[in-house]
Amino acid sequence: MSDNQPAKHAAGDGHGSTPSGKPHHKASQAEEDTAAVVSVDTAGGAMEPSAVPATAQSGQLPGGPDTVLRRIFTGSGMVSLLAVLLALIIGGLLIASTDARVATTSTYFFARPTDFLSALWDAATRSYVALFQGSVFNPRGNSVAAQFAPFMETLTIATPLITAGLGVALAFRAGLFNIGAQGQIIVAGILAAWVGFALHLPFGLHLLLVLVAGIVGGALWGGLVGVLKARTGAHEVILTIMFNYIALYFLRYLLNTPAFQRPGESNPISPILDPTAVYPQIFGTQYRLHLGFILAIGATFLVWWLLNRSTIGFEFRAVGANPKAAQTAGINVSRSTILVMAMAGALAGMSGVAQVAGTEKVLTDGVAATYGFDAITVALLGRSTPWGTFAAGLLFGAFRAGAVQMQIQTGTPIDIVLVVQSLIVLFIAAPPLVRAVFGLNPRRKKPARPAKSRQAATTGGAA
Amino acid sequence: MSSLRAHLKRGSVAGLATVGATALVLAGCGAPPEAGSGPTAGASDYTGCIVSDSGGFDDQSFNQSSYEGLKKAEADLGIKVNQVESKTNNDFEPNLRAMVTAGCDLTLTIGFLLGDATKKQAEANPDSHFAIVDYSYNPPISNVKPIIYDTAQAAFLAGYLAAGTTKTGTVATFGGIKLPTVTIFMDGYADGIKYYNEQKGKDVKLLGWNKEAQDGSFTGDFEKQDVGKQLTQNFLDQGADIVMPVAGPVGKGAGSALKEAKAAGKDVKLIWVDSDGYLTAPDYKDIMLSSVMKTMGEAVEAVVKDDTEGKFSNEPYVGTLANEGVQLAPFHDLDSQVPADLKAELEQIEKDIIDGKLKVESAASPKA
Repeated sequence: MSDNQPAKHAAGDGHGSTPSGKPHHKASQAEEDTAAVVSVDTAGGAMEPSAVPATAQSGQLPGGPDTVLRRIFTGSGMVSLLAVLLALIIGGLLIASTDARVATTSTYFFARPTDFLSALWDAATRSYVALFQGSVFNPRGNSVAAQFAPFMETLTIATPLITAGLGVALAFRAGLFNIGAQGQIIVAGILAAWVGFALHLPFGLHLLLVLVAGIVGGALWGGLVGVLKARTGAHEVILTIMFNYIALYFLRYLLNTPAFQRPGESNPISPILDPTAVYPQIFGTQYRLHLGFILAIGATFLVWWLLNRSTIGFEFRAVGANPKAAQTAGINVSRSTILVMAMAGALAGMSGVAQVAGTEKVLTDGVAATYGFDAITVALLGRSTPWGTFAAGLLFGAFRAGAVQMQIQTGTPIDIVLVVQSLIVLFIAAPPLVRAVFGLNPRRKKPARPAKSRQAATTGGAA
Repeated sequence: MSSLRAHLKRGSVAGLATVGATALVLAGCGAPPEAGSGPTAGASDYTGCIVSDSGGFDDQSFNQSSYEGLKKAEADLGIKVNQVESKTNNDFEPNLRAMVTAGCDLTLTIGFLLGDATKKQAEANPDSHFAIVDYSYNPPISNVKPIIYDTAQAAFLAGYLAAGTTKTGTVATFGGIKLPTVTIFMDGYADGIKYYNEQKGKDVKLLGWNKEAQDGSFTGDFEKQDVGKQLTQNFLDQGADIVMPVAGPVGKGAGSALKEAKAAGKDVKLIWVDSDGYLTAPDYKDIMLSSVMKTMGEAVEAVVKDDTEGKFSNEPYVGTLANEGVQLAPFHDLDSQVPADLKAELEQIEKDIIDGKLKVESAASPKA
């Protein structure tokens, strides 16, 4: 490392001493920058680019942890604020457009515009207040416990999102696009649920076995993808997508067999899990919040430790940055691929357990809901870092929890609720978009005509 | 110069945003919303609530019919209505709990998937009333009224009608997902055809369902219309000329395949399910022979009405031909294609089923 230092400085000095001001020099410097990015990704063209750009995979490398929260509170706080503002305004207009009173008052807009505008304001703010009351704190609750119930609900819904998101994030860091969280949740759910309702064991042991069955199920389903990828080179995106279908239709088949149905019924729904097989509710029975959330915190810490403090995690990141270089450096790439997919599957498996042993307590064909796919967004929003994913999971959980109140209190259709929430995520996740909307992007040098560029040079160039 | 322009441009956007925000703020400070301008007539303090399953209130099936029933109760009885749609199975419990917290007198839940969540909330809130469509409890719960249907009775009539109308001697059916509420249609349909064959000494064949084996053709969900279209084309290729899709919106896939066949000169017909397809799927009017209707809207309204009058009971409502909970829809435009003696026979069969002279049984029939 210390050997490299002087060389780096030399390179930096070289750039600094480049005579600036002439357009073609700047252009070539930009080209160098892109070339550098590309060469990191492809080892200078010796291999195909990985699915996730290497520079996007290792958020930890330069300048400390690069999480959503950090971005919000340190980097460009103003842009984040504008992002939320923009999302709220557009979302508010959308909500208002579905509101009956806004529609009626708009018909006599020119006679009495205040009616229309107050209806507009009212419709939008009521929805956001409902979102807050449904996800964080409800001052109208008749006891302190009831007032905090929405926040507990947020944590409950966030639990499977966090663990599945961690699975996706971990694979991202090793350069693998794991689209298979959905299937991994399903397989974990099948095994965990079966252990939960078919076996009858004492308290403690039963739950432990449910947890182990789920984690092993997820790890097997994910690890199988890793094995196929490592042994045959088949692409993990195709493998995981197809494994999702296999898992779902296999689950539907199982639910049509008597072994997975309630005695005397032929609906595709499993018996309820034994009381000994479900997660205890950690803050009493009035909240749905269960032990799975504590395990999710533990899992986040574990993944953080794995990635940043362990040899295996270093190998994962090295393989993610450049498999060829990693192989040359003596890292067993096949082993890493299998291992990281198995771990990703195990994490997604925890979501499956949280579903069957935490909230649903039965197995249906909707056991995975849309968590496996939401997990991809959560992981990307969290910049594939463990705590970033955790925070993004909480944000998504809050949205899901708040959606119920948004629907009930304001009558906003659920689809509009989801559109508004997706807008907010879109703007938060894409700061450049917001900067562009508000004209805050650093001005790019256009290949301008000589006369203009001279003028720009005299006025000081970039604003 | 260009930087000046950038400044101007940025300034104008920011200015616009300020103006917009100011307008909104000013409006917020303006006249408060007029009192009592809501749409509710305020005739009753009674609140009826509904939680859909993941199909949503626009599923052209039981969610929609039940929702329309509740909306009709809102209009007729002046009650308040609270509604919430579930997007996934995970939403059931939070949605249902939010409804109880919101002070619902009666909460209507749709489908067996909500069975456990409804049971849990009903047991936790013994003073609230619940009703669940297409599911019943054994043993019954004191504050939940099941609304279930003996659909096989009406489907039997549809089977007999199809067998009596087919030109090719082959008719077909398919389902969305193999659920009891789906297969009960197919069982009744199969029995109707079998009964026709026994009475007339004919050999009308049924594709897509085998009652003895309890197995047949399914599209796998209630969404993919193209799969329904493909299945229907297969049936047409095998000589079927009447198809009954039991798959909610996927039925439209069957409709479009049949319309194409009709355009190519084939004499084909469609039998709709759940609602009168002539009214709810008017695109297929010209091929709509009849529909096997479950009149859920009426049942829901009746349950709500009883509850507002203090006559709630947990006795299951079972829709039958006798109480017109299930019916065979009119033939509408295709009336002329149904021979008069076939109509008379259908009337006689209906009477026999109501009198109990003719038993229609399905593994999925409600056990009351």
